[in-house]
Amino acid sequence: MRKTFKRIALSLTLAALTSGGALAQGHLRIGLAEDPDVLDPTLARTYVGRIVFSSICDKLFDIDEKLNIVPQLALGHEVSADGKQVTIKLRPGVKFHDGEAFNAEAAKYSLDRHLTMKGSFRRPEIGSVHAVEIVDPMTIRLVLKEPFSPLLAQLTDRAGMMVSPKAAEAAGDKFGLKPVCAGPFKFVERVQQDRIIVEKFADYWNKDQVFVDKITYLPIVDGTVRLANLRSGGLDLIERVLATDIKTVRDNPRLRLSKAVQLGYLGLTINLANGAKANTPLAKDARVRRALELAIDREALNQVVFNGEFVPGNQWINPTNPYYQQAFPIPKRDVAKAKALMKEAGVSGPLTLDFMVPNGPETRAVAEVVQSMAAEAGFDLKIRVTEFATSLKQAEDGDFQVFLIGWSGRSDPDGNSFVFQTCGAPQNNAKYCDKEVDAAHALARAKSDPAERKKAYETVARKFLAEGSIIYLYHTQVLVAHSDKVEGYRQMPDGLVRVVGVKLK
Amino acid sequence: MLSFLTQRLLQVIPTLVVVSMLIFGLQQLLPGDPALIMAGEERDPAVLEEIRQQYRLNEPIPIQYFYWIKGVLSGNLGESMRLKASVGSLVAEKLPVTLQLAAMAIVVAVGIGIPAGIVSAVKKDTAWDYGANIFALWGISTPNFWLGILLIFLFSVTLAWLPASGYVRLGEDWRASLATTIMPAFVLGNAIAAILMRHTRSAMLQAMGADYVRTARAKGLYERRVVLKHALRNAMTPVITLGALEFGTLLSGAVLTEQIFTIPGFGKLIVDAVFNRDYAVVQGVVLVTATTYIALNLLADVAYVLVNPRLRG
Repeated sequence: MRKTFKRIALSLTLAALTSGGALAQGHLRIGLAEDPDVLDPTLARTYVGRIVFSSICDKLFDIDEKLNIVPQLALGHEVSADGKQVTIKLRPGVKFHDGEAFNAEAAKYSLDRHLTMKGSFRRPEIGSVHAVEIVDPMTIRLVLKEPFSPLLAQLTDRAGMMVSPKAAEAAGDKFGLKPVCAGPFKFVERVQQDRIIVEKFADYWNKDQVFVDKITYLPIVDGTVRLANLRSGGLDLIERVLATDIKTVRDNPRLRLSKAVQLGYLGLTINLANGAKANTPLAKDARVRRALELAIDREALNQVVFNGEFVPGNQWINPTNPYYQQAFPIPKRDVAKAKALMKEAGVSGPLTLDFMVPNGPETRAVAEVVQSMAAEAGFDLKIRVTEFATSLKQAEDGDFQVFLIGWSGRSDPDGNSFVFQTCGAPQNNAKYCDKEVDAAHALARAKSDPAERKKAYETVARKFLAEGSIIYLYHTQVLVAHSDKVEGYRQMPDGLVRVVGVKLK
Repeated sequence: MLSFLTQRLLQVIPTLVVVSMLIFGLQQLLPGDPALIMAGEERDPAVLEEIRQQYRLNEPIPIQYFYWIKGVLSGNLGESMRLKASVGSLVAEKLPVTLQLAAMAIVVAVGIGIPAGIVSAVKKDTAWDYGANIFALWGISTPNFWLGILLIFLFSVTLAWLPASGYVRLGEDWRASLATTIMPAFVLGNAIAAILMRHTRSAMLQAMGADYVRTARAKGLYERRVVLKHALRNAMTPVITLGALEFGTLLSGAVLTEQIFTIPGFGKLIVDAVFNRDYAVVQGVVLVTATTYIALNLLADVAYVLVNPRLRG
């Protein structure tokens, strides 16, 4: 009996060792915080899915650390004087994973697929494109309905991903089960909720910069377990490290932390005109909304909940973004002024408000800090912790007065503001509507000169920050931890894990 | 025996019909809009409408039920909205994983629980009995996720003996497969072992006090034979029922344990499906597990009859 136990223990230990040993040089194991959705660039919609796409599907353009748009499968672009035509030169010598050549025809096919496929989530992103024309075998021209400067930024994400026409045509809406793109790695296998395996693509256009042979993506939902896997050597890199685990990572000599301020934000959305719940002084009087903002100490919030690791903010883009409006800095906490504003607005006694908070340890902690700060200025925020899917529906239905909700962020400022701030926009659950703000947004879309765009956004900031429906609170950090064996890893603000240039010691 | 089986089988049909209606109906009570959650951050009204039409979310519930049950009867459990994969293939992918984990957990549970129960009954009011009771209390009162994380820290992070999470298929590499499932199986088995121990103990105490046991002893049989052959066999009926029910529960997915150890079984599948309002997956998985559960109950009934012929009536 004892012998049998010994044997079992020995073979299990061996198994554990061999499963570690089988990880040949060049096998990168990445822990994801969620299981990605369908791996079809046209139908996909999750953030975590984009992490996997970044190894299998190259895009026409990409972003760099400073959010500049740089060519990837494109060589360059030109915008016509009237802003209604964008001509894109394509990179020669690029092949898809099935050996098909990438050319103008394939690029047109991919963009048309994004524009016309049933259930395409890309259509709204590049809806400004009226037609895709082939200029010559390596050049396409996008003909726009009207000038739309955020278009190129859209092409740095899924809307710019190119798929093999032959494979996409054959697979139809099942393409996502075995995607065929032109990225550095090709899809090998996926076991739902368990792993996604990709291997180095021998004919990749930039293959000299690919040093990893194989990547396994493992979705591990629990942040503590994800980190335990990294510490035990079961993983080489994990995304979305919990802010509370930063110290553990820093204290471990074998681990490295890479971070970048994220493109998105977290804020309080205030119901201004969506249903019966909008009938509050908070919705009706901008002074009350300013009082709520003045009651909050964003830096203290950051210190208490996130050990000061995140970045306080008051706009839809973070303070390091080139479009950040310096003329509107983060207001300091001023309870006396907040109380005075409340009095001016005729609010006496505590103002009770329904505060919807999606369930999660961090969001709950933020909500509690906001609640206690706001209480000092005369707000009685009743926290209502709600499951995430339910909260989305209730926000849509106007079943909230204040809603703690974030946005993952886009590289162009338009992606962080337009759908929340313009009249009738899909994410404008607060039903904020101001013609001047709408006009400024339209101008920012039409102009391609950054200085002119920034000027347009100044109008938006002046109006929206004073009387709008969102009190922006902070910007999270993209936190990626990896073992010291991983070299050359650079974190981009979009949070994606780019594997080109990464080496394993 | 045959008429008993036929009768029980006939009862299964209306049960399944009611179960299918319940699964479908209750899930409609979940708040939230599947199209909205599917669209995530890309909430364009036109796209949302297309999704609703594609998955018949705009149709009245009885019509949706009709289409679903029609598909089920022709062997099609539907398609996952989130993954665009057929529910049948997802179930087929997860079932072996869950079966393996459940079987290993039951082996752990039976291996610990029944001997502990016997010892504790036979050596009533001794240190053995108290020890076994303390173990049972620990097993019942230890939360799975806590024990799971402790085991990961001990065996994976500190000792580096076992992989912290993940799963390797049995057919791929049986040793690695055992290495990835032994901790979750222990976590699950530990809780069930405690319950089995308590039941075995009380059933054994009752049996040990019965007349036939005294008779057996009076005949001069060895104590070991009295306990294992005479008392245990009679005490097993309630324990078998319990074991079958626990096994059924394990098949419906050990949600927390699978989540902690990242075992891609039914538990993880259903949790993700519920949070994403992926109705077809929830319905498919619940239907399959409910059917399995009913089948296991039936098997337990058959097993009693085999163990205790008096029930054959």
